[in-house]
Amino acid sequence: MNPLFNGGRPIEILLVEDNVEEAGMTLDALREGRVRNRVHWVEDGEDALAFLCRHGRHSAAPRPDLILLDLRLPRMSGQEVLAEIKENPGWRRIPVVIMTSSDDEKDIRSAYDKHANCYVTKPMDVDKFMEAVRSIEDFWLTIVRLPAA
Amino acid sequence: MPHSNPDRGVEILLVEDSSDDAALMVAALNEGELRLHVTVVEDGEEAICYLRRQGAYAASRRPDLILLDLHLPRKNGHEVLAEVKADDDLKCIPVVIMTSSDNDRAINAAYDLHANCCVCKPANQDEFRAVVWKIERFWLSFVQRPRGA
Repeated sequence: MNPLFNGGRPIEILLVEDNVEEAGMTLDALREGRVRNRVHWVEDGEDALAFLCRHGRHSAAPRPDLILLDLRLPRMSGQEVLAEIKENPGWRRIPVVIMTSSDDEKDIRSAYDKHANCYVTKPMDVDKFMEAVRSIEDFWLTIVRLPAA
Repeated sequence: MPHSNPDRGVEILLVEDSSDDAALMVAALNEGELRLHVTVVEDGEEAICYLRRQGAYAASRRPDLILLDLHLPRKNGHEVLAEVKADDDLKCIPVVIMTSSDNDRAINAAYDLHANCCVCKPANQDEFRAVVWKIERFWLSFVQRPRGA
């Protein structure tokens, strides 16, 4: 529960979300969080992998401490991005929180089978959506011991 | 919640060799609003027997969540985690690592083996209880878990 376990540097969060409104709400909710964090937003799956590889415009990207991943993404699906992360020995320890509108049992099972760290369904209601992001922030940034960088 | 099938509550497997820690966690879990059943096993081999329904555990219920200590006799937490996460049938069950050590290498190794999250047990009992409640609320009321998991 010590926000300084990270040596005082902000927690780096990679947000992979193609919906501009939902990304905006997620950024707002995380900005209000108790633990200092910096959110890097990319809009599709290929760009998420480019961020992790530090390719192109992401050459100075930090290694994320936590990834928030939507499943329905253009170009490359969230499940594919998840598989790439969790099969890569250099990335697999980074916790991936699935945030999606789908509550389809097949999506849930398939994400856990690919070693998603947890799966959250995004509420449609704006207030509930913000609350959900805050619950994720509260749990992952204050209760959980994240992997050491 | 009248006398519906008692088998339909949430099932938790707690793998913990310290009887003090186990007692505190079981009490904290039972104080919550959710109807749940906690099974405590004291070492890693027992945990695997329970999950594979071997020997005395032939009729064991599949847990919805596993709380796993790392320092265990006979088979340590990392070994149990590796077996669970390599088993196609068991790997989707969320595993929360509970550890009293703040050792980066042990934590990173757990994430590499696909622990769903790691939590450090606070030495202070009130804080410990609060952490157990937060784990319960997050994993059992908020997150989507695979059904039948």
